[in-house]
Amino acid sequence: MTSVTSPPLVTPVAAGEEAVPPAPRRRRPLLRRGGISTALILLPAVVLFALFSWWPILRGLVIAFQKTNLITTSWIGIENFQRVLADPLLGQALANTALYAGLALLIGFPVPIFFAVMLAEMRRSRRISSFLVFLPTVIPPVVSILLWQVFYDPSTRGLFNSILGAVGIDPLPWLQSPSTAMLSIVLVATWGAFGSTTIIYLATVLSIDTQLYEAAEIDGAGIFRRIWHITLPQMRGTILLLLLLQLIGTFQVFTEPFLLTGGGPNNSTVTLLMLIYRYAFIYGNFGQAAALSLMLAAALSVFAAIYLWLSRKWSK
Amino acid sequence: MTLTGSTRTLTAVTGSSRRRRSTNRSLERSNISDSDLSRASTRFTFRVIVGVVVALLVVVSAGPLLWLAKSAVSTTQDILRDPFALWPSGIQWQNLADAWNQIQIGRFTANSLIITSGEVVVAVFSAVTLGYVLAVLRPKYGPVLNAAIMATLFIPGVISLIPLYLTVIDLGLLDSYAALWLTNGVSAFNVLIMKQYFQTIPRELFEAATVDGAGPLRILWSIVLPMARPIIGVVALLAFVASWKDFLWPLLALPSPDKQPLSVGLATVAPQADLAVLMAGMFIAVLIPIAVFAIFQKQFLTGAGSAGALKG
Repeated sequence: MTSVTSPPLVTPVAAGEEAVPPAPRRRRPLLRRGGISTALILLPAVVLFALFSWWPILRGLVIAFQKTNLITTSWIGIENFQRVLADPLLGQALANTALYAGLALLIGFPVPIFFAVMLAEMRRSRRISSFLVFLPTVIPPVVSILLWQVFYDPSTRGLFNSILGAVGIDPLPWLQSPSTAMLSIVLVATWGAFGSTTIIYLATVLSIDTQLYEAAEIDGAGIFRRIWHITLPQMRGTILLLLLLQLIGTFQVFTEPFLLTGGGPNNSTVTLLMLIYRYAFIYGNFGQAAALSLMLAAALSVFAAIYLWLSRKWSK
Repeated sequence: MTLTGSTRTLTAVTGSSRRRRSTNRSLERSNISDSDLSRASTRFTFRVIVGVVVALLVVVSAGPLLWLAKSAVSTTQDILRDPFALWPSGIQWQNLADAWNQIQIGRFTANSLIITSGEVVVAVFSAVTLGYVLAVLRPKYGPVLNAAIMATLFIPGVISLIPLYLTVIDLGLLDSYAALWLTNGVSAFNVLIMKQYFQTIPRELFEAATVDGAGPLRILWSIVLPMARPIIGVVALLAFVASWKDFLWPLLALPSPDKQPLSVGLATVAPQADLAVLMAGMFIAVLIPIAVFAIFQKQFLTGAGSAGALKG
């Protein structure tokens, strides 16, 4: 086909654009427009996205204003929202969730940055270190939760308490006391999550142009000044992204408090998602659950918006 | 060799933003240069710090799992009385058999395997087809479709939990494996990394194949799929781990205990089970993901690192 129209040195792409119809097979511009076969390739995945991703999001907006018992459904306006806002537990759940997010930020946010900067400097030991860093990430949360529940044994013989005892610290009640329960939950969750963020940071640190380091070194900057003035500023975009993803994630925490404490003691670990779970699957009030979901999602969308706005601003 | 291996794969998939590195970077330096390390005091401090960090990682990451392995073959009394003792009452191999049969870890494992394989197949299929159409075929409605898919990345998942549950009921899928296979298979993130990978395949290949009369399906099958094997592995592994770890959705979608996966099953049997037998069950539950991770470490780290692709 190419031999008909084009001189030997011209690539088929150029030939195609110049060619005039008389070619034996009519060239449909498949790679530009896509016809029936494109639609057929797309169809199954688009149906899945439509049914299980797009439709539920839209439906979430709708059922928040409805009352349903799974058989009949009726519109009730903003009653679901009024009921959620009147729930005496809402304030407590919001405060608990914010405390969880805050503690997770304080404890969990610097850890991956530290490990990523360390791993980037490692030469022979980087392989084994990345293996160890990522290992907790492949462990099902249910297993780590049940395991740490044993570690949190509040007696003096408990694993963590015997470690504390060895350095002369009195045993802690861990999950049994409202003042330490949330901290205990954050520790388990951080253990399960720090690995994947470390690997994301590591990819960023390793992509930093080493000429920057070389230039700084020639200017006489020491190792720590290079970390402060080159490594960390170069990680800025990733740090922002992961900060916002972490906030969005931690405000939706469920499995850890659900299994470790069930919300206790004294409702000190009831989170917003546990409240949604209770509305829907304990009290069967799907509309009220959807209303709280919608409010939480709207609030968290602010984080996503901040991210999109800042990343656009920085990329200019 | 080993020290450059993992970094190279980290960059292999994520493409454009990292490409400049390979030309500029001397593989032997990041922040700390060889000249820094030529000073004896710096070298000593560096080695000590690296040693401390590796030791810390062994204790923090592997420690709890080693303890789990120890407890899986201990008696309950030994676990509770002295958590750091190594088998004062001897090694209890029958814990593993008890876990497999008494608290039905065997059945939960089989269920997990069924659920996970289905989710992996659906995840790979949807990511490949959508990524191919968006990156290679680029139909006129491509940008709209792309925006609709990527928007779901930024919409907090909580909004669809309740409606997804109701939708699954409406479709008659509640308590069937399809409720997990189909719903967990859709992931905008998988589409994103697949799309970015396909964009790096030279377009001349597709143009040439079109000239030779190959249609979209033929190009997908004979050109794209063979070239996409590494990224398909990454997506499959990410889907595998996500599925193995999932708790809330299988808890809701599979009310029948005899269909539940390990994560839900373990949580259900935990309150009544003998502690040592439970530990043995948990140990069995982590063996498969740890083994898969140990074998495919490179692919895992590639996939995890590529989450930075969301940026910009």
